[in-house]
Amino acid sequence: MLAKRIIPCLDIKNGRTVKGINFEQLRDAGDPVELGALYAEEFADELTFLDITATIENRSTFAELVKEIAKNVNIPFTVGGGINSVKDVGILLASGADKITINSAAVKNPKLITELAKEFGSQCVVVAIDSKNYNDDAYIHTHGGRKPTNFKTVEWAKEVYDRGAGEILLTSMNTDGTKAGFDIDITKRVSDIINIPVIASGGAGDYVHFKDVFENTGADAALAASIFHFKEISIPELKKYLNKEGIAVRK
Amino acid sequence: MLAIIKYNAGNIQSVAYALNRLGIEPVITDNPKELQKADKIIFPGVGEASTAMAYLQETGLDKLIPNLKQPVLGICLGMQLMCRYSEENNTKCLGIFDAEVKKFPNTKKVPHIGWNTIFDCKTPLFKDIPTNEYMYFVHSYYVPETDFAISKTDYIFKYSSALNKDNFYGTQFHPEKSGDAGEKIIKNFIEM
Repeated sequence: MLAKRIIPCLDIKNGRTVKGINFEQLRDAGDPVELGALYAEEFADELTFLDITATIENRSTFAELVKEIAKNVNIPFTVGGGINSVKDVGILLASGADKITINSAAVKNPKLITELAKEFGSQCVVVAIDSKNYNDDAYIHTHGGRKPTNFKTVEWAKEVYDRGAGEILLTSMNTDGTKAGFDIDITKRVSDIINIPVIASGGAGDYVHFKDVFENTGADAALAASIFHFKEISIPELKKYLNKEGIAVRK
Repeated sequence: MLAIIKYNAGNIQSVAYALNRLGIEPVITDNPKELQKADKIIFPGVGEASTAMAYLQETGLDKLIPNLKQPVLGICLGMQLMCRYSEENNTKCLGIFDAEVKKFPNTKKVPHIGWNTIFDCKTPLFKDIPTNEYMYFVHSYYVPETDFAISKTDYIFKYSSALNKDNFYGTQFHPEKSGDAGEKIIKNFIEM
């Protein structure tokens, strides 16, 4: 049976992990390669690395980092942050990334999704959507959530799917950082209308939140950052819990 | 010496890195003499069948691969190309395994992405791999159940997730991305 995936997300700035990660086992808590390898040992199913500086001059530093991750991590990983073109993606995939994720660039130029799917295959194209609920619906935001748009989340998700994306990484800005649980409503609405995997993101704070999102929506994976980095939830314990609750996970 | 067949496939570097983690420095080559000289050969593959076959035909690798005598391991598209025919753009393949590669129906999410279990495992390729071990899959096309199957997986229905005939082995999953269990399978292949 296909397992539900648990994905830690690491934010990278100038080649270093940020968010004050504190791991006793690590010699260097700021080293994304070492942290990634540790998560792989702990049965994380995949890793996501987001380059939050993402300036032109940092591009080659990030590609070098991707190469180091590929050498040291034996599970699939996705990279993103500031990707604007087919050329950017080509460099990151050639450096050893399994998938790439695009966000603002896809909204600005939806054709990019089509081009990437055609050039590299849908399986490596993850479109990230930052969604915020207000009034009666959910709308997407770009530029790290700073810029609101008039696009409805569900309609955009459908377009992203139709254009050949392989997965959608759906972050709810309403639940992100609250630790009160994933946004079940928008995750369900998006996963119900598309036939590609949805990664739920934003709001994980407890074991039960993962169970809720897997039981009540069509999400295939759940992504979280600080709760894993700060050891509030350990991935092996989370998997034990989900397994006991009857949810298929890789142990 | 272990050789990786060099062609227009997407995961050559990932396979090379996985071998490096096991302390092996593979030779990545499309040179027929070097390939024939290798003790073991890995035939990787991420991409599209007709484009890959066209490249193999241009370089003459389509004649060379079916005649190799040493253990050969095809991965993902590599395994599919070792079959007779693929529905992906109606492609005639290498014909090592008398099997057809079909497209998954859209009754579930396609591609099949993520960690799924393998069972009915046979041959020393799966030595010390417990049944229902999880492996990492990314594919839209599959090989139905066949006599060549040495492991099976269930997605939409049961299908062949690894194949063997004589010295030829193939895995639909990616051992190079399947954590420690995947590394064990690569190690088993190296020790054949």
